[in-house]
Amino acid sequence: MTSIPLGPPRRLIEFTLDGEPVRTPEGSTVLDACRAAGKDVPTLCEGDTLRPKNACRVCVVEVEGARTLAPACSRRAEPGMEVRTDTERTRHSRKLVLELLASSVDLSTTPRAAEWIEEYGAEPDRFGPDAARLGESPRIDNDLYVRDYDKCILCYKCVDACGDQWQNTFAISVAGRGFDARIAVEHDAPLTDSACVYCGNCIEVCPTGALSFKSEFDMRAAGTWDEERQTETTTVCAYCGVGCNLTLHVQDNEIVKVTSPHDNPVTHGNLCIKGRFGYQHVQNRD
Amino acid sequence: MDLRFGDSKPTDEERAAIDALLGPPETAWEGADDRTDADLRWARGGRVARERRDLLLPGLHAVNDRVGWISEGALGYLCRRLTVPPAEAYGVATFYSLFAVKPRPATVLRVCTDLACAARGSAELCSALAGRGVDWESSPCLGLCERAPAALLVRAGPPAASNHPSPPLPETPQSPEGLYQAPPAIEEARPTGLSGRGGVGNPPPAATAVFAPARPAAVTLTPEAAAPEQNPGAAAPQAGQEDLILLKRIGAVDPESLDDYRAHGGYTALRRAFAIGPTAVIKEITDAGLVGRGGAAFPTGRKWQATAEQPDHPHYLVCNADESEPGTFKDRVLMEGDPYALIESMTIAGYATGAHHGYLYLRGEYPRALARLQHAIDQAHLRGLLGDDVLGQGYAFDIEIRRGAGAYICGEETALFNSIEGYRGEPRSKPPFPVEKGLFGKPTAANNVETLVNVLPILNLGAEAYAAIGTARSTGPKLFCVSGNVHRPGVYELPFGATLRDLLELAGPPERMRAVLLGGAAGGFVRPDELDIPLTFEGTREAGTTLGSGVVLVLDDTVPLPRILLRIAEFFRDESCGQCVPCRVGTVRQEEALHRIADRTGAAAASDIALLREVGAAMRDASICGLGQTAWNAVESAVDRLGAYE
Repeated sequence: MTSIPLGPPRRLIEFTLDGEPVRTPEGSTVLDACRAAGKDVPTLCEGDTLRPKNACRVCVVEVEGARTLAPACSRRAEPGMEVRTDTERTRHSRKLVLELLASSVDLSTTPRAAEWIEEYGAEPDRFGPDAARLGESPRIDNDLYVRDYDKCILCYKCVDACGDQWQNTFAISVAGRGFDARIAVEHDAPLTDSACVYCGNCIEVCPTGALSFKSEFDMRAAGTWDEERQTETTTVCAYCGVGCNLTLHVQDNEIVKVTSPHDNPVTHGNLCIKGRFGYQHVQNRD
Repeated sequence: MDLRFGDSKPTDEERAAIDALLGPPETAWEGADDRTDADLRWARGGRVARERRDLLLPGLHAVNDRVGWISEGALGYLCRRLTVPPAEAYGVATFYSLFAVKPRPATVLRVCTDLACAARGSAELCSALAGRGVDWESSPCLGLCERAPAALLVRAGPPAASNHPSPPLPETPQSPEGLYQAPPAIEEARPTGLSGRGGVGNPPPAATAVFAPARPAAVTLTPEAAAPEQNPGAAAPQAGQEDLILLKRIGAVDPESLDDYRAHGGYTALRRAFAIGPTAVIKEITDAGLVGRGGAAFPTGRKWQATAEQPDHPHYLVCNADESEPGTFKDRVLMEGDPYALIESMTIAGYATGAHHGYLYLRGEYPRALARLQHAIDQAHLRGLLGDDVLGQGYAFDIEIRRGAGAYICGEETALFNSIEGYRGEPRSKPPFPVEKGLFGKPTAANNVETLVNVLPILNLGAEAYAAIGTARSTGPKLFCVSGNVHRPGVYELPFGATLRDLLELAGPPERMRAVLLGGAAGGFVRPDELDIPLTFEGTREAGTTLGSGVVLVLDDTVPLPRILLRIAEFFRDESCGQCVPCRVGTVRQEEALHRIADRTGAAAASDIALLREVGAAMRDASICGLGQTAWNAVESAVDRLGAYE
C-alpha cells in the first residue's frame, strides 16, 4: 500500500538477496526488497492496496535453511536471511503454478500472464486435452459489471476488498472447497439478490479480468475493445465532497470504464457506485 | 457493516434448533417475532457481535443435526443471531462435507471407501448396498479401520427425549473373516437411547449407528435396528496385558465411570502437577523428550514453554482430536475407551501453559467419542475436577468440545483455529506460529490426543523413567494403527524402537504381503523386505519414509496397487481446501495422470510419471500447508520403492 511516510524512520535491516547484500526497512517483505533491487518477481494475488493472501504461490523464493519455498509477497525480511529468487526450484514451482493455472483458467485477459508463461517455459497443454477446467460461463445479472468466473484464479482479492479490508459489505465469499471452490454470494444467488452495493472495488483489484465493467465485457465480445485507442484522464468525482480521484478510460469519445488511482492517500483506489458507474450524464449528448 | 439477511424465514424446527444453542432472540433485530419499543434503542455491534462468530460452526451443526440440511431461511436466521454476513456463513457451510445446503433425506448412510476399507471389501459392500436399493454416500476414512469395512449412519431429528442409555446389550464382536476373536468385551450401553422415539407426526429423534464390520445384510437405515457397536477394548488386541502404558485402561475401565478411572490410577498425575507447579511440569515434559504424536514430532516441552512465556493473554489450549488421516484410529480408541485420561491430561497441559480454557476439536464422524467425552467433562465438572477451582487448588480450567464437520484439512492446526473461530478451515501462513498467535490470535498450545495422554505416564513415572522407554531420540511408548490385510487389526502399543517386523508379528501379517503404507495417505509405502525399519521418527526418516501419525496399513496382493494410489489421489483432491494453486490444481492433475496410467506400465506410463514428479515437486515446495506438501508422498514412494507401473 502506498502511503505518505509520516511515522518515525524505520530501522534498516540487512540480508542477502541473490548473493548481494541489500538493506530494506524493517517490516517490509522480501517482495518489497526484490522490487527495490529491480528484480522482476511475478505476482498475481498480491495487490498494492491489500494485505497479501499468498494464495497463488507464483512469487515463491528460496530461503536458506527452509524446507519449502516462501512466498515473497508475505514473507517479512529478517536480518541475515539468505534469499534466492532465481534457482532451479523457484523457476520450477513458478512454471508449474503458471501451467496449473493456465490449464484450468482462462488467462487471456490477465496482464503479463503470456509473458511469464514464455519466460518460464510453461506448457499448459501438456496436461492433455481432458485436463479439468473451471468451465464457468459469464454471469451477467446486472447492468454494471460481469463476473466471468472462468477467468478466476481464486486470489481472494475481491473478497478482501468487499470485506474487512476496504468496503465492509461482505457480499461475497469463497464457497465450496478445493477445485470446486468459487467466489459466490450466499446460496450462489444473482448479485441482485445479494448485499452487493456495486461499489466496484472488487473490479479495481481483480488481477485477471474475471470481474469487468459490463461496457468492457460487451466491447470485448464485440471485438471493439482496444486499449491502444483509449486515453486515461484522472479527475475529481463531482458527486460529493470527499474528493475521490476518478480515472476515466475513454475510447472513441465514450467513457468505457472508471478506475481510481491506488496511490490516492485517502481512498486507495476505492470508490462508491456513483463515482464508479455514474458517468452516463457526462456523455448525454441530447 | 450493514448486513443483509434476505427474506427467507426459518421453519419452526430450524428456529428451535438454533434457539436451543443460542437461547431465544433478545430483540426483533435478532429475529424475534414481536417488535417492541425497546428494540428502537437496542444495538449490538463491534466486539460484542464479533465475539460470537465462533458459534457459527456449532449453529450449523445444530441445524444440520435437526433437519439434515441447512436451508436459506436457517442460514439467514443463524446469521442474524450471530451478526455474521450470510455470504461468509454460506462459504463456511459449503466448506464441510457433512453439511448440505440443498435438501436431502434426514438419514444419511456414509460408507467408507478409503484405504483400509478398500483392502477389506468396501467395493463389494457398496455394490451389495446398491443392489438392495439402499442409498449411500461414499466417505473418506471413518477411523474404524480395525473393523473394516465400515459405515456410519446419521439420522437428523430432534434431540432424543431421554439421555439415559438403554439397558446394556450383549456384545457380539466379530471379525470379517473370522480370523481373530476379540478379547472378552465389557458390556456397554449405546450412545443414543432407544427411548424417546417420536410418536405419530413427530420425526424420530436424532441418532447415529456404526456398522463395523459392515455386512450388506446387516446395514439398515434405522439406527435403532443396528447391532450394537463393540467395546473399544476390542480395538486393542493387547488389552489386558500388564506392561501397557497408554492402553492400560482400554477395555479395563468403565469409560463412563470417573470412580473407576480413579481406581485405575486416574488423577494422580494432576495431583503431582499441582504439587510441583507449572514450570516443573514443563521441565518434566522436556526432560522426558516427549514429541508430538500427530505426525510433525515437534518437542512438546518447547511448545508449552513457548506458550507459557508469552506476555499476551489469555492463553488457549487446543486438543487436536480431528483424527482424519486415512488409517488412523488410535485417538478414537483412546477417547472412547479412556476419556477421563484425555480430560486429565488437558487439565495438566492447561495448567502448565497458563490456559484457562481448553478446546477439544473432535472429528465430526466420531459420535461415540463425542458422547463419552461430553459425559466425562460433565462428570469432572460435578466432582470439581474442572471448573473454577480444580481440585481446590485455585486453578480454573474448562474444556469445550467443538465438533468438526468433515474436513481433513482441519487437522492442520491453523486451519483448526479458523474452523473453531467460525471461518473456513483454511490454513494460515506461518510465521506467526500458534504459540505466539494461535486461536483467536492469542498464544495457543495445540497438541494431538496421543501426545497429551503421554503426559500422564511422564508425571506418574517421572521424566527419567519415561525417557528410558524407547530410543534416545524417540522416547516413550507409541501407538500404531494396524489395519488392512492382517489377522488382528487394531491399535498396538510398543516402545519406540521396535521394528515393523515386531509389530506385524503381533498383528499377524498376510502370507503374500505386497506393501505396507506407513503414516497414512500423507505417508509412504515400504516393501515387505524392509520390515527391519525401526519404528522411530529418526529410523523411518533415515529409511526415507515417515512414521506420521502411526498408520501401518498392510496390503496383500489382492488389491491392485494403482487402485489404491488412485484412491489416495482422490482423497487429496477432495480434501484440498482450495486456497493455494499448487494444491488446488495440482491434486487434480495428479489424479488425472493416475487415471490415465491405471492400466499401463513401463514406457506407456513413463511420460505421465515424469509429469507426476514435476507436479509433485511443485506441490511439495510451494503449497501453503502440509496437505499439499505431502499429497505426492505416497504415490512417489509407490513408484520409487514398490516399482508401481513398471
